[in-house]
Amino acid sequence: MPSTPTLTFLKESACLQAAGAWTASTAQKIEALIDHALENVTGLKTIVFDLSAIDELDTYGAWMIERISRRCAELDINLTPSSVPIHFKALLAAIHKTSSQPAQPSRHSNPLATALESIGRAFPGLASDVAAFAEMLGALTAALIRVILNPRRFRLISAVHHLDRVGWQALPIMLLISFLIGAIIAQQGIFHFRKFGADVYVVDLVGILMLREIGVLLIAIMCAGRSGSSYTAELGSMKMREEIDALRTMGLDPVEVLMLPRVLALTVALPILTFFGSLAALYGGGLVLWLYGGMSPEIFIARLQEAVSVTSFKVGMIKAPFMALVIGIVACCEGLRVKGSAESLGLQTTTSVVKSIFLVIVLDGLFAVFFASIGM
Amino acid sequence: MTCQSRLLAIAVRDLVVGFGKHIVLDRLSLDVYRGEILGLVGASGGGKSVLLRTIIGLLPKRGGRIEVLDTDFDASTSDATRAMGRRWGILFQQGALFSSLTVLQNVQFPMREHLDVSQRLMDEVALAKLEMVGLSRSDTHKFPSELSGGMTKRVALARALALDPEIVFLDEPTSGLDPIAAGEFDALIKTLQQTLGLTVFMVTHDLDSLYTVCNRVAALAEGKIVAIGPMPDVLQSPHPWVQAYFCGARGSKRAQERPERS
Repeated sequence: MPSTPTLTFLKESACLQAAGAWTASTAQKIEALIDHALENVTGLKTIVFDLSAIDELDTYGAWMIERISRRCAELDINLTPSSVPIHFKALLAAIHKTSSQPAQPSRHSNPLATALESIGRAFPGLASDVAAFAEMLGALTAALIRVILNPRRFRLISAVHHLDRVGWQALPIMLLISFLIGAIIAQQGIFHFRKFGADVYVVDLVGILMLREIGVLLIAIMCAGRSGSSYTAELGSMKMREEIDALRTMGLDPVEVLMLPRVLALTVALPILTFFGSLAALYGGGLVLWLYGGMSPEIFIARLQEAVSVTSFKVGMIKAPFMALVIGIVACCEGLRVKGSAESLGLQTTTSVVKSIFLVIVLDGLFAVFFASIGM
Repeated sequence: MTCQSRLLAIAVRDLVVGFGKHIVLDRLSLDVYRGEILGLVGASGGGKSVLLRTIIGLLPKRGGRIEVLDTDFDASTSDATRAMGRRWGILFQQGALFSSLTVLQNVQFPMREHLDVSQRLMDEVALAKLEMVGLSRSDTHKFPSELSGGMTKRVALARALALDPEIVFLDEPTSGLDPIAAGEFDALIKTLQQTLGLTVFMVTHDLDSLYTVCNRVAALAEGKIVAIGPMPDVLQSPHPWVQAYFCGARGSKRAQERPERS
């Protein structure tokens, strides 16, 4: 245990005596002692500061001694240190040399003004988001045209690698979730349609809903969370470690080398996942109808053929690559926006997922209007 | 100066560390005495950083015993390990500053975690430390991503020294610095060692650092310490790697000049 620090003021000899351990662990006590001791000294002209009884001293204690001498200088008191132990002299001198300016107070702004400011800043931010999206779309198209004109520049291995990651490795979880959603929709359908005796229409519900809307939307949202986020994190950490700058200096286009294979892989993978996901959903719906609703598989298949047209299937599949494109572009844009800190990497990854899910749903709405107007 | 009579700061005995089939450190023993600056040299990829990281407990060891400030981590509780964080400071090769905190907050972080002192004192001491390592006041509110390499090292050193540790571990402190900055850094380490009575364990390739600031130098080759002692003694070592290192083109040039920098 370090000995207790003391700071006593002897009035008759005008001597300030410090003793004990002046270290970080006793700093709290010393601060109180200093405030107390300095109350007594006001009005005096000269004080002797006796440090001989200090047995332990570190930077914190040395700073305390420095604080006393600076405070005395402010009060126009002539403070003379006396009998400073020889092994503390270097430390005290080093501390004494540091600047005497007080720490800059951190700015506290009005919370209302801050809130208004952030709303104000969000609008030009929105415009720059749109610009960044368009820029990335343009850069990807330009890179794609270059690659088509000169196919040897295409990074096939990279594209296949990413196809494996976002397609093949994603398949099991996509199948499972689609299967479950199909089953849940069928179960709910049976439960409510049975009241009207309209059991057979559950097949229409499951078939049209899954093939046209939910199937592709579900897969797109899953891909945004699973693959989009990993694209953003990868590109962001590459940006942090200056890998993207290194590529540029080697005369390579990061869009062509990093982003094009990724976005292409996602664009290829998402329709495939949607196809298999829809199959799994129909299978799940059929299974629930059979086991829970008592509808035999033969009737289910026959009814499905009547209910579902090729158009429903087409509508779902046409949307898939566009959704993939949106997810890929948002992920790449956000990845490139990562700054130096770990916090910004997390922030951009979150932004990437939220934005791509939002845009996927908006896109789905636009497609619904479009298909309705062309009568599909 | 007789080292043998002094207290041990770090004692490594028969340390074995390996990855898979590859043995990096093979029954290595090393003593570091309190208050000295020990420079560790070795080939790139030869296990210097592995030794440092094993001593500070970041890498598991296969065998042997390590005592830092009379604490053996194998035998001690997690409380003792936490208490150790108060007694040593580590300067990582890349700085390892917390990227979401400002320079000042980085230096205050260990204080906040380990000490019970007022915010005012933390501010004042952190600023004093940053000034001691040569940072200007305008840099203290910057984020690590806005700092140059040399500044990052300085901030990392200030953070390593934030709690007035008994030992500091420096992993290549002067690599990537220009010769002037490296010289200043060496002088700074020497000053701090003298004023605060630090023990310094320094992994370095910088021949200038070895000649000017290190009290003793240890050479690591083939997984063992092949030579240890003050610089002139190490130069006398017959080990071929030590000869190649210090008496090669760059080493011998430096040995002939041998200017004393204080």
